[in-house]
Amino acid sequence: MTELLLIATIAGERVAIPAADVESVVEIEGVTPVPRSPVHVAGLAALRSRVLTVIDSCASLELGTSDTGRSREAIVIEVGGYPYALLVDTVEDVIEHSGKVRPIRTSIAPGWRRVATGMVETESGLMLLIDANSILSGPTAEAA
Amino acid sequence: MEDLINEFIAETREMLEALGGEIVAWEAAPSDRARLDEIFRFVHTVKGNCGFFDLPRLETLSHAAEGVLAEVRSGERPADHGLVSAVLAIIDRIGELVQALETGESISSADDAQLIEALTASPSASEREHQGSAGTVLEGRKAVRSIRLSIDLLDRMMSGVSDMVLARNELSRRLREAPTDLAVEAAFERVSTCIAEMRDAITRTRMQRIDNLFVTLPRMVRDLSSELGKQVSLEVDGGDVELDREMIEMIRDPLTHIVRNAIDHGVEPPGDRTAAGKASSGMLRVSARQSGNQILIDISDDGRGIDGDKLVKKAVSNNLLTEQQAERLGAAQKTALIFEAGLSTAREVTSISGRGVGMDVVRANIERIGGVVDVDSKLGQGVRFTLRVPLTLTIIPALTVSAGGQTFAIPRSAIEEIVRSKNDSVRVEALGGSHVASIRGKRIPLTWLADVLGVAPEASASEQSFIVLKPAGGDVYAVGVDFVHDHEELVIKPAAPVVMATGLYAGTTLADDGSPILLLDPSGIAARAGLLLDQNELEKLAARPHAPEAPQEGTQALLFRTIYGAKRVIPLAVVERIEDVLPDAIKLSAGRLRVAIGDEILPLAGCGDQVPSHRIRILRLSDGATEVAYGFADVADLVSVTGEMKPAASPGEVSGVTLIAGEQVEILDTYWLFADCASTRDGGGRKPVCALPTDDPWMNTILRPIIEGAGYHVVSHADAEAADILITNAEDEDVPPLPSGQVVRIRSSAEVRGKADDSIYRYDRTGLISALSRHAAKRTKG
Repeated sequence: MTELLLIATIAGERVAIPAADVESVVEIEGVTPVPRSPVHVAGLAALRSRVLTVIDSCASLELGTSDTGRSREAIVIEVGGYPYALLVDTVEDVIEHSGKVRPIRTSIAPGWRRVATGMVETESGLMLLIDANSILSGPTAEAA
Repeated sequence: MEDLINEFIAETREMLEALGGEIVAWEAAPSDRARLDEIFRFVHTVKGNCGFFDLPRLETLSHAAEGVLAEVRSGERPADHGLVSAVLAIIDRIGELVQALETGESISSADDAQLIEALTASPSASEREHQGSAGTVLEGRKAVRSIRLSIDLLDRMMSGVSDMVLARNELSRRLREAPTDLAVEAAFERVSTCIAEMRDAITRTRMQRIDNLFVTLPRMVRDLSSELGKQVSLEVDGGDVELDREMIEMIRDPLTHIVRNAIDHGVEPPGDRTAAGKASSGMLRVSARQSGNQILIDISDDGRGIDGDKLVKKAVSNNLLTEQQAERLGAAQKTALIFEAGLSTAREVTSISGRGVGMDVVRANIERIGGVVDVDSKLGQGVRFTLRVPLTLTIIPALTVSAGGQTFAIPRSAIEEIVRSKNDSVRVEALGGSHVASIRGKRIPLTWLADVLGVAPEASASEQSFIVLKPAGGDVYAVGVDFVHDHEELVIKPAAPVVMATGLYAGTTLADDGSPILLLDPSGIAARAGLLLDQNELEKLAARPHAPEAPQEGTQALLFRTIYGAKRVIPLAVVERIEDVLPDAIKLSAGRLRVAIGDEILPLAGCGDQVPSHRIRILRLSDGATEVAYGFADVADLVSVTGEMKPAASPGEVSGVTLIAGEQVEILDTYWLFADCASTRDGGGRKPVCALPTDDPWMNTILRPIIEGAGYHVVSHADAEAADILITNAEDEDVPPLPSGQVVRIRSSAEVRGKADDSIYRYDRTGLISALSRHAAKRTKG
């Protein structure tokens, strides 16, 4: 079975995200902060007349916070009727993947463990397959 | 009723469409129980609805089909092919009749009996019948007059229009920066008008008559009162008020709940009523009306009223209040306890109004949609609940403020008052680590928006403004913000759950420049700041019984003090914003006081002819096209003007006087202001100059005032070089040269002299003014 995967870099690491989950890839500029929101909520940004909730993927993975001052690439996904933008370092490519998703056999950082659903072998090497939805919930979700 | 019939038609048609597949499937497998049930449900629903609408033919048909299907369901009859066909024939006929109902045509009822007979007749007979009726169905289809749309689609249209508005705003900003071409500007104006109309129309498509909500009440009241052995007559008023469809759904439950409560707990049994000297039948009134941007729904009964003392006792025994606190409560506050969780006055829980889940849920639901619920009760005489909800969920009037360099919006429905901290009547007192604002002697708990949000304030405490908020139920508090910006109508979008989880926000919106703004939730802020009920006792400590809030009616207006100390009001709708200006921004130029704000020059009224000696505040007023500044000293209050207006003796700045809180207040005549300033506003602040032969007495005394009145600056022919337009006598050959060459020639006789005569008759006022503006426009373009 072939699946389209979006290859992006988050916190310096290349990961694969099922393209079916992704609505679009956009440039985000001018993020309006949301005071008192969880650390992984970078703020709000406007995409035409829609208001995107911008998620700092790094913070969600407990790998530090991203700089939201400059223009950033983001992956737009829609969950429960609300559009979200996941900030990533870069979006590299969309590839066709027909191999198997393998279970993760090694010990990875807790942040990654929460969002990774498996490993995939691609032409450019082994990478984690990420469930974009679980990045939304942020570090607090596991504690709760 | 018309609406209901349409609803019935649409619903039945939808069911028929959905049933289409089921019918075919059932025909193929008559023993399929699930399909049978589906069809049975359909005829049963139609039968029920028909009884309600008095449609005997439909009722007879559906009743017959229902009867037969019931027999099949109970296994008394097998579902043979003949029976299936007969049932299908009846369903087809129902479809035809419903269609006919909509198009207004009539279908012969002659063979109805045959169709019904066929249900019991032999297979071959009913088969023929079925074929026959199918043919007529096809012929009977006519164009439908209405379609059903999903709210989703309307929402998408609405958001598309919001996009258009934003794009328009952006274009408008660009146009202002770029050199303007009149033709482009005119085209842009047209686009703006179209977009405004479009937005209006789409907003209206989502509107529905509140009748849709009220129509279920008579039945509910009848059923409830007979169940409880009470007599209640219902009076419904204002069903033609329209509001957002979604909003209607949101207030359905709260309204139902209040009505149920009124009958269950409010209205007494007939015996008690007679004993109390009341008519044995209770009266329940439900009415709706529109007031500005809000819809007011009143639900009043003439029952026993809310026993405030009983509520207090219960609150004390539930540890919601201490004895001391309870003692200080005013009557209105006692009644308002009904909105506290877990306080239900009924001694026993009944099946009608249920357990304590009551008015607190009602209040929460109404507040969630930006509304307010108030209660007014007189023991032994009855209760009145007033629901105040915004017209739509999507567009709400709001105030934009900033804290820590970020802009936020506050729903205007929650705002009581805006005061400047510099104001003499405001004092801030520190109290055990928190603050209390004393505004005109009234003590109100105070918090700072920047603190609540955890950001660094940008304005010093003395420069901040306080917004007095009343989230609901009377818990007034003040919040300090860095700056107050603007009153705006904002298109609100729901915020993502992770944002809502902070409890501080009610939604998001987009500013004109396309950046997101968070809409603050006044009760959330109070909760975060720890301003809960016990702290609010401070207000009660001020020992002033809190007067029940008068329902806001009439025109929302700003009450302010002029530079000369007079109190005046101005309708809030024309106030764009309030700004501080320094005296050096104000100049007496081109015949009147003008104030420079940014790169704009606005005519300034309210200051006489004197340039003020110190910093003043101005109201920026707009009629949509023209902006005018009005100097004033300070804002006193936001009020609603309901009283009668006594007109002024002569037209001028003040159109009349009205009573506000027992005080005479002058009403600023905005019409006059704009008319007075508009003439001097044309041409971007610079008046076009028109040269007249001022030595000609007719020109100087008769024509000059008209030209000046049309917004021109008049000079004599001697200064014609600087002029945009030159007016001369047609008879006069000695015309001074004019660089721009725009000359209007005026003749004294009404007849035209020859074909080449382009002069204008001196009393042709319209011709003259239009010639002037034509030339002036050419001049500006060139």
